[in-house]
Amino acid sequence: MTAGTPAATARVDRAFWIGFALVFGLLTVAPLVLPPFWRRFVTEILIWGLLAMSSDILIGYTGMVSFGHSAFFGLGMYGAAAALLMVKPANLWVAIVYGLFAAAVVAVFVAFFATRLRDIYFAITTLVFSQIFYVVIFTWTEVTGGENGLTFRQPPLALPGMTGHPFTPQTLHWFVLGVVAVSYLLLRRITRSPFGMVLQSIRENEPRTRAIGYPIERYKIVAVMLSGLFAGLAGVLYAIQNKFTAPDFVFFLVSGEVVIFNVMGGVGTLVGPIVGAAFFLLLREGLSRYFEYYLIPVGVIFTLMVIFLPQGFLGVLRRRLNE
Amino acid sequence: MLSLADVHTYYGKSHILHGVSLEVAAGEVVGLLGRNGVGKSTTLKSVMGLTRPARGRVTFEGRDITGMAPHQLARLGIAWVPEDRRIFRLLSVLENLRTGLDRAGVDDARRQALLDKVYRAFPVLRERQYQAGGTLSGGEQQMLAIARAMMLEPKIILLDEPTEGLMPRMVSQIRDIIGLLNREGVAILLVEQNVPLTLEVSRRIYFMEKGVVRHQALAADLRADHAVIHQYLGV
Amino acid sequence: MGIQLEQIVIQTVNGLVNGMVLALVASGLTLIFGIMDVVNFAHGDLVMLGGFVGATTMAATGNFWVALLVAAVTVAVVGAALQVTTLRPLLGRDPLTTILATFGVSLVLQKYALWQWGPSARQLAEPITGRFDLFYLQYPWYRVATALFAGAIIGALWLFLKRGTYGIWIRATTQDRIMAAAMGIPVPWVHTTVFAIGAAMAAASGVLFGPLGGVTQTMGADFTLRAFIVVVVGGMGNLGGSILASIFISLLEAYASLFVSPAQAVIVSFVVLILTLLFRPTGLFVPTPK
Repeated sequence: MTAGTPAATARVDRAFWIGFALVFGLLTVAPLVLPPFWRRFVTEILIWGLLAMSSDILIGYTGMVSFGHSAFFGLGMYGAAAALLMVKPANLWVAIVYGLFAAAVVAVFVAFFATRLRDIYFAITTLVFSQIFYVVIFTWTEVTGGENGLTFRQPPLALPGMTGHPFTPQTLHWFVLGVVAVSYLLLRRITRSPFGMVLQSIRENEPRTRAIGYPIERYKIVAVMLSGLFAGLAGVLYAIQNKFTAPDFVFFLVSGEVVIFNVMGGVGTLVGPIVGAAFFLLLREGLSRYFEYYLIPVGVIFTLMVIFLPQGFLGVLRRRLNE
Repeated sequence: MLSLADVHTYYGKSHILHGVSLEVAAGEVVGLLGRNGVGKSTTLKSVMGLTRPARGRVTFEGRDITGMAPHQLARLGIAWVPEDRRIFRLLSVLENLRTGLDRAGVDDARRQALLDKVYRAFPVLRERQYQAGGTLSGGEQQMLAIARAMMLEPKIILLDEPTEGLMPRMVSQIRDIIGLLNREGVAILLVEQNVPLTLEVSRRIYFMEKGVVRHQALAADLRADHAVIHQYLGV
Repeated sequence: MGIQLEQIVIQTVNGLVNGMVLALVASGLTLIFGIMDVVNFAHGDLVMLGGFVGATTMAATGNFWVALLVAAVTVAVVGAALQVTTLRPLLGRDPLTTILATFGVSLVLQKYALWQWGPSARQLAEPITGRFDLFYLQYPWYRVATALFAGAIIGALWLFLKRGTYGIWIRATTQDRIMAAAMGIPVPWVHTTVFAIGAAMAAASGVLFGPLGGVTQTMGADFTLRAFIVVVVGGMGNLGGSILASIFISLLEAYASLFVSPAQAVIVSFVVLILTLLFRPTGLFVPTPK
């Protein structure tokens, strides 16, 4: 940490808020100036960024690599779908509640594993666990629509004081931006709280943290629940944006991409994973125009980054700034 | 034959060796004494290429070997007997020996001669040759560790606390084998806590303190005068 | 629905055959983990690559056994190259890092296969076409031969590890990489060789599996997942345990598919893995360390 004196802390803090306001402002005007394709693209980056950020709680702060975030995300989508298809009239907030509930159910199980398994065992178990959901959703056609998934209508935007308006691309973007920004600030607050410090000390040295007397299991359970809920929230947003859900989003490749976002952007930074998501999606967008098999160069870049830049872009940037 | 010049070594961020310089001549037994944690074992590991020196040079027979891979150093004739023995626990005694014996250019006659030599020095290893290394007692493991190093027909052996935790009878066996190796012209860099043994088998002694070599003396002089030993080891 | 005895026998045979193919994949994976702490996420993609190379060679030569050999050798070379470029720099880092790096490799291999061979499945012709009567079925001899052949390869690996200098080198390196290097064993080279052997075995199972299930560019994920499960259930790095676990899990899946669709039967193995990890994290076939 660079912060030494209170004055320096205040300066860093002010710099953060100025930076945050700047980025937030840019993202607010983005839909007004961008052409439709890029408008949609930026909204999508925000959603994937939220998902990546949620997994950073585990990867970056607690030192547990989840290869099963697709389960939270996908169940968030299916939860929202259930609400939008079954609850009449369709309501945005009910969709969110359903989505979060579905993700929370998965998170309870994963939290149970998290207290018992570490390292690669946790990673493999989350992977396999998410595949269980994938298989169930894929084969239970009567309820989930099977391979084809489910389509539904967007709920109207419902905020206090303005109800009943259908989403426009702009209002959808602003809504997503609002949710992601609030989530980010919340997560930032959490990771800097005493709770977040304990998570980081678990990452650094689990036996020592236990020896000091922290109930590690309880901390891990809360970390997984938090991570799962925010991932589920991202799933709800994605379902609302795209008006459909499919088993592909529960498949472990999505989890792998989330890990890629984290590694590319820099784990343990919250902003890094969003940057990583943006970088990955832009790379995909840019490359796929020229080369159908864009995932080949993306995979190569990712692998090289794991080897040579394990702290990601932001980690490198931070080290530069500290020097 | 072996010389270290101003070697600095780090473990992560902690600076362990602060410029170690020492020399071992061909066929010479040299003792390295010092309290716990002054960097004696790290000095041996730095020679063996197991911890890469951040600064300084290690030369062997006039050749710069700093940063060379351990398996290449073994081929050059440097053998390492670690403090914790590091027997391959699931390999049989014979297989443990073969890790050093199965080299290019060793014909059957020489293999047999080498095996016979260590079995003569440590008869218990012959008895247990098909037994898993992990089932040996501590003393037997130490013998196996030394025997295994001998399989490389090294020019120098880096011997790290060979008598630690051994019964007196075993200690005298270790003393004998050091003598035997020395007669054959093998140089030994010996790290030990057992001061009398070290003074007895070594020609010269280096004293280490906090990551540097502070003093060197002939073992014969130290045997007569214990003041220096008292100063560096407090015994 | 009553289950007939015949069905159980047939599923037992099926389970054993699938188990042996899986064991071939898993033993390479576990060997690689044991010696260099690498969790190879791309292992299934090496199976897939082997399948495609085999299919291509078979189309060119018409000989299954040549195809098998060419696939094993080609993928061994690819594996060696992968190990040197991607995994050697990661030696000593957290095994999690190796999952990430090999995940990247897996993406590359999969998309390369799609690019090179297209999305459609290749079916390899059975080299042994005979059938025998198994109750109401005409059971292909090839399936039985596959199991035997896979068993023979695993047996050869076992002998290779137990006898001879290279086996000693591999086992010594697995137990203590640093001491092995200090004994003059060329550890980097041993790592590369073991990875190449694991890759060749994966490729061989890809070719052997070709006539049974076809070769597609997405088959890798399925094999990776199964092999992971088996290796963890058998105890990471434990060769014998992985083989037993392969057979155990394949049998369970075969029996489960008497009741549910094969796609759902996979869940059985998932559940076995999760239960194993929760109650016996060192693996089902390893005595619990005291």
